[in-house]
Amino acid sequence: MIYLNGNRHDDGAGQTVAAVLQLLGLPTDARGVAVAVAGEVVPKAGWATFEIPEGARVEVLTAMQGG
Amino acid sequence: MSNSPTQLSAESHGQPGEPMLVDESASQTDPLTIAGRTLHSRLLLGTGGFPSLALLAEAIRASGTELVTVALRRVDLSPTHPRGSLIDVLEQEGVELLPNTAGCYTARDAVLTAKLAREAFSTDWVKLEVIGDEDTLLPDAPELLKAAEQLVDDGFVVLPYTTDDPVLARRLVDVGCAAVMPLGAPIGSGMGIRNPYNIALIREAVQVPVVLDAGVGTASDAAQAMELGCDAVMVASAVSRAQDPVAMAAAMRAAVQAGRLARAAGRIPRRTYATASTPEEGLAEL
Repeated sequence: MIYLNGNRHDDGAGQTVAAVLQLLGLPTDARGVAVAVAGEVVPKAGWATFEIPEGARVEVLTAMQGG
Repeated sequence: MSNSPTQLSAESHGQPGEPMLVDESASQTDPLTIAGRTLHSRLLLGTGGFPSLALLAEAIRASGTELVTVALRRVDLSPTHPRGSLIDVLEQEGVELLPNTAGCYTARDAVLTAKLAREAFSTDWVKLEVIGDEDTLLPDAPELLKAAEQLVDDGFVVLPYTTDDPVLARRLVDVGCAAVMPLGAPIGSGMGIRNPYNIALIREAVQVPVVLDAGVGTASDAAQAMELGCDAVMVASAVSRAQDPVAMAAAMRAAVQAGRLARAAGRIPRRTYATASTPEEGLAEL
């Protein structure tokens, strides 16, 4: 179980960041996307290998209009 | 002022139907440099509040800006949501991104958001916002200073959104901020520059660019900021929520340039009583 952008997902724990992004339909070469797991930035270079721990909060963020 | 002001020439007035009143040559000869990056426009534009991306793109063109702010928010995971379109539009318009940390209430959140923005947008520039109050969105000074210091140490080019306090501005520069962005009035309030004396003091207090941010309601506010000595002006709501955002973007562009020229020209002192501009000498005795 992980929390993905605030929503509970029963699968996801133990998977890589890249695998979870693919599940979401986000290309892993997505421009303007950043990922934090448990309050730490996961750099793009680590997406293919970083495994998301059980219960982790995963935030997938992108550009939004703002001042 | 070493640079001579460029006169607005009659030729520079726009064609009928074109809301431009801008001398392009002035901005070419009077660039702004922040942390080694040269900007030919002294107007920064926020991308928030525009009803459509098409209107945002038009406003960017009318404003002449080269640097626009973007926020970082959760990806909309619904399958129908279009992705990447804001970035695409900004890339098409050829503007640089200045990610902000809007919505952060602690130094920790702001620092993490800045690091995420660096990953997402491949820029180490950040408009640092650490808010202390929900109703006024005024900056939280201690948290702002703490976040600024951490981000500078981590190699960021930090442009903090700050209060109009000259002492805080100096502290922010002391920890290594590349510019300061004092508010004229609360974000989105459109109340203009509530303490022009403090803005002028900030200009005297620091050696980095001063970008007036927040509170601008209309073009005269932007001109006033430049007249007070600010090096640039950032506008968001004043343009995006105007009845005609594209026309207001053009107005802001002209206002920033007019204010810059007026600052360099040197205004006359204020007086209580009149000083005749027509000589008394030779007056007829009737």
